[in-house]
Amino acid sequence: MMKDSMETKLDVDAMNVKFSARDVQVHYGDTHAIKDVSVDILDNTVTAFIGPSGCGKSTFLRTLNRMNDTIDICRVQGDIYLDGMDIYDPNIDPVQLRAKVGMVFQKPNPFPKSIYDNIAYGPRIHGLARNKAELDEIVEKSLRRGAIWDEVQDRLDAPGTGLSGGQQQRLCIARAIATEPEVLLMDEPCSALDPIATAQVEELIDELKANYSVVIVTHSMQQAARVSQKTAFFHLGNLVEYNDTNEIFTNPQDSRTESYITGRIG
Amino acid sequence: MTAFPFLLLILAAVVGYAINRVAARGIRDGGSRLHSMTSYHGMYSALLVLVPVLTFILVWLALQGAVIDRLIMSGLPDGVLDGLDGGGIQLVLAEIKSIAGGQVFGTPEDWKIAASERLLTTRERADWLLIALVAVMSLALMIFARTRVKADFRARQGVEGIVTGLMIFCSVVAIFTTIGIIVSLSYETLRFLERVPLSEFLFGTNWEPQIPLREDQIAAEGAFGWLPVILGTIVITVIALVVAVPIGLFSAIYVNEFAPKKLRTIIKPLLEILAGVPTVVYGFFAILVVAPAIRSFGQSLGLDVAPNTALAAGGVMGIMLVPFISSFADDALSAVPQSLRDGALGLGATRGEMMTTVLFPAALPGIVGGVLLAVSRAIGETMIVVMAAGLIARMTINPLDSVTTVTVQIVTLLIGDTSFDNPKTLAAFALGTMLFIVTLGINIFALSFVRKYREAYD
Ligand SMILES: Nc1ncnc2c1ncn2[C@@H]1O[C@H](COP(=O)(O)OP(=O)(O)O)[C@@H](O)[C@H]1O
Ligand SMILES: [Mg+2]
Repeated sequence: MMKDSMETKLDVDAMNVKFSARDVQVHYGDTHAIKDVSVDILDNTVTAFIGPSGCGKSTFLRTLNRMNDTIDICRVQGDIYLDGMDIYDPNIDPVQLRAKVGMVFQKPNPFPKSIYDNIAYGPRIHGLARNKAELDEIVEKSLRRGAIWDEVQDRLDAPGTGLSGGQQQRLCIARAIATEPEVLLMDEPCSALDPIATAQVEELIDELKANYSVVIVTHSMQQAARVSQKTAFFHLGNLVEYNDTNEIFTNPQDSRTESYITGRIG
Repeated sequence: MTAFPFLLLILAAVVGYAINRVAARGIRDGGSRLHSMTSYHGMYSALLVLVPVLTFILVWLALQGAVIDRLIMSGLPDGVLDGLDGGGIQLVLAEIKSIAGGQVFGTPEDWKIAASERLLTTRERADWLLIALVAVMSLALMIFARTRVKADFRARQGVEGIVTGLMIFCSVVAIFTTIGIIVSLSYETLRFLERVPLSEFLFGTNWEPQIPLREDQIAAEGAFGWLPVILGTIVITVIALVVAVPIGLFSAIYVNEFAPKKLRTIIKPLLEILAGVPTVVYGFFAILVVAPAIRSFGQSLGLDVAPNTALAAGGVMGIMLVPFISSFADDALSAVPQSLRDGALGLGATRGEMMTTVLFPAALPGIVGGVLLAVSRAIGETMIVVMAAGLIARMTINPLDSVTTVTVQIVTLLIGDTSFDNPKTLAAFALGTMLFIVTLGINIFALSFVRKYREAYD
């Protein structure tokens, strides 16, 4: 019965769907980490994945840009479509997919290079700029979108690792933006940041949804409530409930969701 | 007999440990709270006995022989040593010792037999004296340690103090060994420089370390310019690196990033086997396989190839260095955090792009450190070049020519009948000093590189 209500929901938003996953299973060796998950992720929307740790949020997020391919023991089954195209099709090059589906990690991971080179990394390997002027332009645009331009514009040659934690994370977001992705995946992007830096990144996420589909894994329900329009609740590898964020937090359908958001399981 | 004092000491330490531990336990069971755990009280006693008494035994054993010799010699009847020089006196002493050991040649004089008997009794007395002293000292220390057992005695701090002292001692041993080496090297080097001017040694381009066999021999004045020798070392080192760096680096990159897990578990132990091959065996390989192969190949191309080429020695040395470089590079690459790999892959980099643009630059300081350490190994490597390189020093950088190296020259200078008062032998020490300075410099440079790289991700 829950499945029915979900499917009607999906139909309503069908025009706007970015990712649609069908019956996805993920195994790490013998561990069954994701069980039969089907979900539609919308464009120009911030979607939050919440759930107790170990429930498979990161694993599912990583299926969306095939980062799981880099883990030897990981097997993914089922179908995931990006704009109607099967991203696990043998003809799809995961390398190109990852340029289209950018990823920001839990711990800020700037390369030990200059701020400029960090941002220019993606455009360089994908040949997005024909000359230095174009590259400069991409770097500036990305840093502006990453809401960090004002802080770094006069020290683009300084190492990216010398920035503060919050600045590093915004640098990493800008770096992901520089490859002109359509989707941004963020795995607990604020868990290593202090409250002020967190607020800055959340504000940035809110701005990003104008241009991108953003998927964010978070362990903070307040954060999910603040930044997202859609929320998916995972539990033990199952997608228990997926709905408008308001609905999930005010009127959860499943008892497990309710227990989690009221703090009884975690 | 020599083992007995040691056994006694170990016994004392064990007993001291037990006594103190039992005593401490008694205090604890009596209701007082101990400052240190009972095992620390035991350890305190054991260490307090072991360290000083062991030191005493070792010093005693080191000095015993010399002291007894002196006693015996001074106890000889007057006049028997008259007219003997230092060597003659040594000979008498050796004869007395061999009589004492039961080997009698001919019919020795009575005073020698008497001396050898005295030698035996003195030795026996010394042994007993040592045992008695060890027993007394151990007992005294044990009793002292036992009196310290109190509820508030800081036995843990005591033990930690003694152990810290031991560790300091061990590290000081290494430092003093180094200092000792430097001192003895510089002493002989200075003696060399008294005979050959420094400028000739450093800037001379001729290396012909002969000395006149007879006083009146002419045209045999040696030449001691080290430049051709160090040039040979440099040529061979460069060849070795040209072989080792690419092979080592690429195998490390492959094993670290591209090889399937299974292959990795095969390749790594294989490389370790390569690292365990004795250099003599590499020498055989160079002289029996590589050198003839290079020669016949070169001659088929119409090139003039010496039987002992720098190429053969350097190439085989390069193979020897491969596991060294690849293990350093592998460590450096593995030390790059996973988050950087994820970052690059997440931006759509291929594994190759990730390697060249992120991993390799991040690991470069560590890799350079490894290469520099390999350089100093190549410079100091002896066995391969002794077997496969030449003996004649030439100012050439032709890899198909025969060259000699610093280590080869040191070996040849010291082989055979040598006396340590002519420039030929002393030259070996001068070369050794230069080698030491060069490799020390490279090592310091390399270590500072490695250190810098360690700081990179903190
Ligand atoms: N690289 C991996 N190898 C093996 N098991 C893994 C790996 N990554 C995650 N898992 C397992 O998959 C399950 C889900 O993990 P994860 O997706 O990281 O959870 P979450 O992000 O929700 O905390 C856990 O049981 C975890 O142990
Ligand atoms: Mg996670």
